[in-house]
Amino acid sequence: MRTSSDPMSDPVIRVDNLAKQYVLGTGASSDGLRHVIQNFATAPMRWFKNPSSGPDPGAPDGREPGNGSRNPRGAFWALKDVSFEVGQGEVLGIIGRNGAGKSTLLKILSRITEPTEGRVEITGRVASLLEVGTGFHPELTGQENVFLNGAILGMSRGEIKKKFDEIVAFAEVEKFLDTPVKRYSSGMYVRLAFAVAAHLEPDILIVDEVLAVGDAQFQKKCMEKMDQVAKLGRTILLVTHQLGVAAKMCNRCLLFNKGTLRMNGPPAAVINEYYASSESHPEESDSRRQHGFLKSAVTTDPTGRPKNTFRHDELITVHFSLRSSKLQSGMFLGVSVKDYLERRVFSDQVRLEPQSAADDTQECVFTIPRLFLAPGSYGFLLVIHTPRARVHEIHEMASRFKVVDGGSSLAEFEGTDYGCVQSPGLWKGA
Amino acid sequence: MEAAHKLILEPGRATKNYWRDLFHYRELFLILAWRDVIVRYKQTAAGLAWAVLQPLMSILILTVIFGQVAGLKSEGNVPYAIMVCAAMLPWQFFANALSLASQSVVNNANLISKIYFPRMIVPASSTVVSLVDFLVACSILAALMLWYHFWPTWRLLALPALVVLAIAAALGPGLIVTALTVRYRDFRMLIPFVVQFGLYVCPVAYSSSVMHEKIVGKLGQAPGDRCFLLYSLNPMVGVIDGFRWAILGGSRAFYWPAFVMSLVLTAALLCFGIYYFRKTERAFADII
Repeated sequence: MRTSSDPMSDPVIRVDNLAKQYVLGTGASSDGLRHVIQNFATAPMRWFKNPSSGPDPGAPDGREPGNGSRNPRGAFWALKDVSFEVGQGEVLGIIGRNGAGKSTLLKILSRITEPTEGRVEITGRVASLLEVGTGFHPELTGQENVFLNGAILGMSRGEIKKKFDEIVAFAEVEKFLDTPVKRYSSGMYVRLAFAVAAHLEPDILIVDEVLAVGDAQFQKKCMEKMDQVAKLGRTILLVTHQLGVAAKMCNRCLLFNKGTLRMNGPPAAVINEYYASSESHPEESDSRRQHGFLKSAVTTDPTGRPKNTFRHDELITVHFSLRSSKLQSGMFLGVSVKDYLERRVFSDQVRLEPQSAADDTQECVFTIPRLFLAPGSYGFLLVIHTPRARVHEIHEMASRFKVVDGGSSLAEFEGTDYGCVQSPGLWKGA
Repeated sequence: MEAAHKLILEPGRATKNYWRDLFHYRELFLILAWRDVIVRYKQTAAGLAWAVLQPLMSILILTVIFGQVAGLKSEGNVPYAIMVCAAMLPWQFFANALSLASQSVVNNANLISKIYFPRMIVPASSTVVSLVDFLVACSILAALMLWYHFWPTWRLLALPALVVLAIAAALGPGLIVTALTVRYRDFRMLIPFVVQFGLYVCPVAYSSSVMHEKIVGKLGQAPGDRCFLLYSLNPMVGVIDGFRWAILGGSRAFYWPAFVMSLVLTAALLCFGIYYFRKTERAFADII
């Protein structure tokens, strides 16, 4: 260890202007050997026409040589201009929707693929866990697979031997050590695989979505193990879709959007931004089964003026416009308010009586009382359903709004997670 | 121990410590090789006996057809079966190593796309499998020698060096084909074909000195020699001739120019194989 400088101030990972380009539609499936031979055969001709480009033997990277543009057809940037640093002992959450570049980033950091541009500096031993049970062979026994998987994850034989009993105990598969893993139940398989990974002792651990496996009890065990690892001062990079996990475990989060780093900051702020950014892309929202029942849901003040930031002591009114021609009697509008981690705060529902209207619109209004929701960001889960029969339409996290502290007793704690509702309780004698 | 171990990732950056890295991952290499050996004969009734049965059948058939039916001459007074066996062992090793290596990276796609390690480990460990098969199959040679009361000479001591040569001869083309198969699965179709042909193109079923005599007989001494030299561009000609020289002993005349030619080509292919593999392996995860 260096003694001259404080180790905390030295980043263990430094990423500078990182970019990764993928060329779509290449590889053996669409760009077979025939093309290469063709390219190769016609290369002298092209070279003759355009000598400055030079012969491009076989164009093995799938680019079209000599067509003027160096930017290959169908190329796209999976990552672009990404820079950040990670300090010793940090637990860094990486969030963003599918295709935002999170996994590409992890693949570059774990040296599986190389960047197209930019530079990464890593200090220390890295272990990456992009999948549980990488390299498990179905024909080998549990014991053999522990050694195989351990070696693949970068443990030495000595290390594995030392931890073998611990790993087996963690996985709870003592009785089946000499059974080929192809005879294992999927639960046992995952437990054994995670157990090996959990006993890695790298300086930097890179984890992708691994916690999303196994039953609830095992997930809890995994979380505890990760917490332990974090407490030992190891640096962890964690890609997750479970924002609750990110909020709980990480001390900083990165938000990726379409290959760029959109935000880098404390988890609560980044998660809020994640929701805010998904609001601006309604076509990408997670809504399922939208058949046009709901036209709009707008939050307003009591006079009907649209707004989406409310003081904690204001009434919050929501105007729902429904397409009256689609409604049938017996349908209900279910409304749940969810907080920024998508935890449900409360739910309510109303029976919809279809009325014929000239503009095909049926309005209903819902009001949330004042001094009820704690400061924070919220959204509505809206469900149009016929109870015990059918769900017609679901909107996840629709019509987001914010409650800000207008001077509550906990105002000094605004921004920290102290709960979702304000307490109507009374103090005496204090 | 490696407190200041620093890693820099940049596009096109040649991994400075490639060979040290390769050494660092030796345990993974051994364990993958061990896995491949174990798994190869899992759930087969005959098990490792397959490593003996396959070459044994080939030796028998080639001996009967070329030695008995076609009536080709053996070398000196060496039994035809032993002559075929001395060539079949390295040939089978080469053919196995080439086919296994060419499939190895594609078959381990899940590893390649999830974990970093020097990719050369994968084809190298599959070569170990062929080597184990080869060593087991050597028992055929011992059995045949006992059967015919054919005693080896001191030249047998050169065998380990020749095995190393065979490994080099297999690894060079193996690496090239492996790298090519990752992008062009066409080679999956091509390799079995090449292996099938190779059995007849290489002097396995017949003696290369018989071949040499016949060419010289047809074309005259000087052009015949040149033509045979061309034939020896095939690295396996050198390896097989080497094996025969070491195993069959005394009577064999060794044609050095051809052997040196094979040697040079083997070295060239190995160097090119390593170069090409290293050049392409960085993109394996993207194109596999």
